[in-house]
Amino acid sequence: MPKILKKEKLAENISRIIVDAPHIARVAKPGNFIVIIPTANAERIPLTIADADVEKGTISIIFQVVGGTTRLLDSLKVGDEIPHLLGPLGTPSHIEKFGTVVVIGGGVGIAEIYPVVKALKAVGNKVITIIGARCENLLIYKKELGEQSTKLRVTTDDGSCGRQGFVSDELKDIIAAEKVDLVIAVGPVPMMRVCCEVTRPHKIKTVVSLNPIMLDATGMCGVCRVTVGGQTKFACVEGPEFDGHEVDFADLVARLKPYKDMEKKALDHVCKLVEKLRG
Amino acid sequence: MNERAASERKKDFKEVPLGYTPEQAIAEAKRCIQCKKPLCVKGCPVEINIPAFIKVIAEGSFDKAAKKIKETNALPAICGRVCPQEEQCERECILAVKGEPIAIGNLERFVADYERETSNPKLQTSKQPKTSKSKKIAVIGSGPAGLTCAGNLARLGHQVTIFESLHVTGGVLTYGIPEFRLPKAIVNLEVEYIKSLGVEVKTDMLIGNVFTIEELLKDYQGVFIGSGAGLPKFMKIPGENLDGVYSANEYLFRINMMKAWQFPESLTPIKIGKRVAVVGGGNVAMDAARVSLRLGAEEVFLIYRRTKDEMPARKEEVHHAEDEGVVFKSLALPLEYQEDGNGWVKLARCQQMKLGEPDASGRQRPVPIEREIFDIPVDTVVCAIGNSPNPLVPQRTPNLKTEKWGGVIITEDGATSIAGVYAGGDIVRGAATVISAMGDGKRAAKAIHKLLA
Repeated sequence: MPKILKKEKLAENISRIIVDAPHIARVAKPGNFIVIIPTANAERIPLTIADADVEKGTISIIFQVVGGTTRLLDSLKVGDEIPHLLGPLGTPSHIEKFGTVVVIGGGVGIAEIYPVVKALKAVGNKVITIIGARCENLLIYKKELGEQSTKLRVTTDDGSCGRQGFVSDELKDIIAAEKVDLVIAVGPVPMMRVCCEVTRPHKIKTVVSLNPIMLDATGMCGVCRVTVGGQTKFACVEGPEFDGHEVDFADLVARLKPYKDMEKKALDHVCKLVEKLRG
Repeated sequence: MNERAASERKKDFKEVPLGYTPEQAIAEAKRCIQCKKPLCVKGCPVEINIPAFIKVIAEGSFDKAAKKIKETNALPAICGRVCPQEEQCERECILAVKGEPIAIGNLERFVADYERETSNPKLQTSKQPKTSKSKKIAVIGSGPAGLTCAGNLARLGHQVTIFESLHVTGGVLTYGIPEFRLPKAIVNLEVEYIKSLGVEVKTDMLIGNVFTIEELLKDYQGVFIGSGAGLPKFMKIPGENLDGVYSANEYLFRINMMKAWQFPESLTPIKIGKRVAVVGGGNVAMDAARVSLRLGAEEVFLIYRRTKDEMPARKEEVHHAEDEGVVFKSLALPLEYQEDGNGWVKLARCQQMKLGEPDASGRQRPVPIEREIFDIPVDTVVCAIGNSPNPLVPQRTPNLKTEKWGGVIITEDGATSIAGVYAGGDIVRGAATVISAMGDGKRAAKAIHKLLA
């Protein structure tokens, strides 16, 4: 079973684990994700592969505690084994020399853009990275992304770091100032949606990484189906990246909400369980 | 065979048929006339020596019967339960001409259950000694095709590794068929039996992604693809993406695999409404309908475009569903699903159909009756109109030839277009039966063994 080799707290409720999984590290590409089951009764949840080290045979996973299963995952310690880890999944990001690429990460999406930024830079793109969060202490990967990007722009809702405002404000300014060949946006749905609205009039191709509910994540249940260009697509196999100008975001938002009430119940249940375990 | 009453059984997940007592089994076995040229064997996709195992049951030697069956069938407890015997062995039984055929499936089930309950089947096998002839073989998928192929190859002395993409083995036996038709303890034991033959099982391994077939061929001398038909079909009608509309795969996966009804002890959620509509007429549709009743739905409608007589589901399961209170809305075709204003499905608008001229399959084609449209108020819809072959392995294996509809093309003995690579089960046939998948697995094992000899 894949073992947790390292664990770090990156921000309030956001952790990074480095896991020994040579078979995944060997073939993981930017944009790929995994499905994890941290304990026997947990759900299967999808998480992005934030980094992979082929030589060490490890992958990094960054997650935010938002519900029962992520809470259980966060209760695992260094040396613990993860019962089930499946990956790499999904279609990798399309990486080539586009010219100038703006890569945008919002919230925990910041960690997800890291391998994409790295890969785009490696093939000779000018990469302008914009990261945004509610406040400064939620800004993760600032240093790492700063090192990998041509330019790094930072925004916070409360102005505690970088520009006060949204990533989309920064995007607008960049588009006004220079020719942008591609935009990639990863983060909460409203953020990706707004970014697409910013680029649409300029006809700048905009790729978004969708985050619908997933179950098996190998293409056999269809819970992750999204509407793209009027067609139904399974995000787990055909995505998770799609042309943002074609995505039906209203459909995605609606399909993300059916279990909201139960998710809260699950988190409460797990919190009690974890407390009990601690004695 | 005795069954639990519908009123009692529809509240739980325990098995519906109770199985034979030893006396019942002996009595039924004695009816067999031991044909010299048994037609029943021809009806069995894995050619179990049926008269031989029935003969020893009649003599009361149930252990001997179990051994006899296992010579040709590695998974008798499963086949005895889920095979459509009425279309296979029992249809060919000579007694069927003038009366009731021998209940071969029930007898097979009895023998496997007897063996399981009185001893540990694991102990009765020992690993085959490795010989100079033993080769390394990779099997993709741990459903009925893969398990059978692996078991047979192991018995021939080969080193077999099964790669399963999910976290639990068994394929459709685990995620698809519910507990009340096929107890998971039985599936687990059968998998343990295969492992006891020396087969290694690796879960969480999605072939195509983790390793390509080409890469597998560097380490393994033979490959068998048994990755199934797990790609759900949708009707592509308006409202199919509303909340509350599930594919049968998703619905059954949440319930059977993830134990969603035990929420929050099990963290996977599910929402089963008060009024559930299941669309389709196969075994999967029956399973979804009957599961819904057990999980608290007050009304369950089965929407099917033909009539009950044309349903592809086993007759036995159609009766079970009906007895338990599933309401059949035959000759109905969903046109669209409408929402409640909050993104959740609230009604299924259906077209009334009638039977017209026979189509290519020989069945009467359903045709719409103009202007006869009706609504069924529902809060859950389960789409069980079939599955297509899993596209992942074919997509990631450029030289693997497939049919237009996605099925892998094979020769008579199961060979694909790539040397050393065989395939069988639903990845070849599209959604078919457990036993046909097992037959394919068995045939491919034979061919692989011959090829590598």
